Amino acid sequence: MTVEVTLPYDKEYVTNFSQGLQEPEWMKNLRLSALEKSESLPLPKPDKTNISKWNFTEFDHHVTSDKIENLDELPVEIKDFLDQEKEQQNLVIQRNHTVAYAAIEQQLKDKGVIFTDMLTAIREHSDLVEKYFMNDAVHVDEHRLTALHAALVNGGVFLYVPKNVQIEEPIQAIFWQEDPKASLINHILVVAEENSSVTYVENYISHNKEEKTSSNIVAEVIAKDGAKVSFGAVDNFEAGTTVYANRRGVAYRDAVIEWALGQMNEGDTVSENITHLIGDNSHSNAKTVAIGRGTQKQNFTANITHFGKGSDGYILQHGVMKDKASAIFNGIGKIEHGASKSNAEQESRVLMLSKDARGDANPILLIDEDDVTAGHAASVGRVDPIQLYYLMSRGISRFEAERLIIHGFLAPVVNQLPVEAVKRQLRQVIERKVY
Amino acid sequence: MAGSTLEIKDLHVEIEGQEILKGVNLTINGGEFHAVMGPNGTGKSTLSSAIMGHPKYEVTKGEIILDGENVLEMEVDERAKAGLFLAMQYPSEISGVTNSDFLRSSINAHREEGDEISLMKFIKEMDNTMDTLEMDKNMAQRYLNEGFSGGEKKRNEILQLMMIQPAIAILDEIDSGLDIDALKVVSKGINEMRNDSFGCLIITHYQRLLNYITPDKVHVMMQGRIVKSGGPELSQRLEEEGYDWIKQELGIEDETVNA
Repeated sequence: MTVEVTLPYDKEYVTNFSQGLQEPEWMKNLRLSALEKSESLPLPKPDKTNISKWNFTEFDHHVTSDKIENLDELPVEIKDFLDQEKEQQNLVIQRNHTVAYAAIEQQLKDKGVIFTDMLTAIREHSDLVEKYFMNDAVHVDEHRLTALHAALVNGGVFLYVPKNVQIEEPIQAIFWQEDPKASLINHILVVAEENSSVTYVENYISHNKEEKTSSNIVAEVIAKDGAKVSFGAVDNFEAGTTVYANRRGVAYRDAVIEWALGQMNEGDTVSENITHLIGDNSHSNAKTVAIGRGTQKQNFTANITHFGKGSDGYILQHGVMKDKASAIFNGIGKIEHGASKSNAEQESRVLMLSKDARGDANPILLIDEDDVTAGHAASVGRVDPIQLYYLMSRGISRFEAERLIIHGFLAPVVNQLPVEAVKRQLRQVIERKVY
Repeated sequence: MAGSTLEIKDLHVEIEGQEILKGVNLTINGGEFHAVMGPNGTGKSTLSSAIMGHPKYEVTKGEIILDGENVLEMEVDERAKAGLFLAMQYPSEISGVTNSDFLRSSINAHREEGDEISLMKFIKEMDNTMDTLEMDKNMAQRYLNEGFSGGEKKRNEILQLMMIQPAIAILDEIDSGLDIDALKVVSKGINEMRNDSFGCLIITHYQRLLNYITPDKVHVMMQGRIVKSGGPELSQRLEEEGYDWIKQELGIEDETVNA
C-alpha cells in the first residue's frame, strides 16, 4: 500500500517556475507532464526497505542566495572541498538554488567543452540537453520520484565533452544546501562524445540536523564509443535531509564508466547506481562506500546490466554500520541474452560496529547467457579479531587498530577520488562518523 | 643493559576446551637465542601464540613474566610495547592499509607521544632494511600482506622485526615456505639483530634454519611440554637421527598433544 501524497507544488507553480527561467517549450511541457505523472505513479520499492512514510515532498523548492565573488569568501567547511595549493580551474558551486560560482578554463571552452549549471544549460544549450535529458538513462515515468524530479528540477550541472577531447584536470561541482529547508532537485548530465575522456567529482553538503527537507538527485552519464568517464561523489547531507539519489550510466562500444561514491549522508537515503553496458567491450567499475549511524535507514543498489558482448562489470560495496542504523546493500550483476564473453563481478561487505545495527549484503547475479564468467562475494560481520590481534601485536592500540581496519575497508573509494581535497575531506567525514 | 628476561613457568594453555600446553617451563635472557623444535602437533605454535596473547588461546595455569611484569595481565598491544614481538606463521592480510603506514604506526606506538619518528628517517630506515632483506620497494606501498606470496609475508615479518627492534622476539616457523635463497636472506636479517640485549625464541619444525642462525640453546617439545634441552649439538643430532631416539629415551609413543 502506498500513502497518497499531495504535492506541495502545483501546475501553476511549475508553469511559473519554468517561465521565470525562460525555459524552452519542451522543458516546460516535460515538467508539466511529469508533474501529472507524479500524482499517479507509485513510489519506488527498494528491496527490504519501506520508504512509504519517508519525506519526499516537504521542502522549500526555491531558495536564492548570494553569489560568491572570490573563493576566499567561502566558509571553511566548503573551502575544505577545494585543493588549496592550486587554482580551481573548472568549478561550479551551487549555493541552495543559486549558482554562486562558476569557472571553466578558456582552453576547454575553445575545444567545445560545456560545463555549466543545469538551468542555464537548458536555456542556452537547449537542443543538446533535450537530446539526452531523461532519455537514454533515467526515464521520467519510472516512479513517483523520477517524475517529481523532472517536474521540479531546480539545479545541477551539464558537462559536455566533444569528440576526441581529453580533459586531464578533474571537473568539480559543489552542491551546498545552506538553507535548512532548501531541496536540491539536481540534475547532473554528463555527455562524453566518442573517444573523449573526463573526470568529474561532486560534493553534497548540508547542515540541517533538525529541520526537515528532501533532496532528489538524478545523474545521467552517457559515454559514447570509446569514451571514458570517471565519476566521483561524496554525499554528506545532514540528518534532516531525506535523500533520493539515482546515478545512472550508459556505456556504448569500448566505453568505460567508473563510479566512486562516498555515501556519507546522515539522513534516510535511497541510492541507486545503475550502469547499462550497451556496447561491446564496454566496461564499468562501480565502487561505493557508506557509513550508517544513529537511527538512519539506508538502501543502496548497485546494478550493472550487460547487453554488449565482452562487457566487463565490477561492483564493490563496502558499508560500516554503527549505533542502531540499518542499511541494505543490493549488488546486482545482470547479463542479458547475447552478451557473450561478458564478466560480472561483485563484492558486498558490511562491517558491523554495534549489536543493534543492521546490515544486509545481497549479491545477486542474473544471467541469461551461457558463455560468460561471473563471481560474487558477500559478508556481514564484525571487525576480524585475528586482524586486530595482528595489528595489536605490533604495539598498536585496539582503538587505533580498529581505526586502521575501518579506513582500509573504506579505502577503495577514498583512493579513487580524483581531487586531493575531496579525498582528504572524505577521510575526515569517515573519521567523524565512525568515532 | 643486559636486556630483558622472559620467564615461562608451568604454562598450561587450552584452545576451545582442549589442553595443548601441559606445563611449559622456559627462560629466555637478553642476548640468548633459543630454538624450540619438535614434530607437528606438539604445541610449538601454541606456545608462541599464548605468549603474544592470541584471542583463541586461553591460559589456564602458569605464568609468563617479562622483567618481573605479569604478561598475562597485559593486552596484546601492551605486551608488544613491553618488548615482545611475534613473527607470525600466518600474518593477517589487511586491505586498504599500506605496509608503510602500518609499520610507521607500529614504530610510533613504541615511542612516546611527541617523539614520533620523522617521515624522512622512517623512509630511509625502511629503504635500508628492505635492501638487506632484498625486498621489492613496491611492497612498501602495497596493502599489508594482501596478495603477498608466502615468502614475501615472511620477509615482511622480519622487516617489522628489524624496524621495531623488540627486546624479545619469537619467530614462529619463519622458515616454512621459504626457498634456500630466501632462507639465507631472512637469516641474515635475524643475525643482524644479534647483540647482548636481544633475546630470540625460534620455533621451527626443521633443523635447516639453524644452519644459518646458531642457537645457544635447543629445546624439544612433545606432548605439550619441553621434554629435552641442550646446546646446538642437540639440533645437529635431530638433523641426523630424527626424533625417534628421544621418544625411545623418554618412552613416548605418540608425541602429539592428543596423546
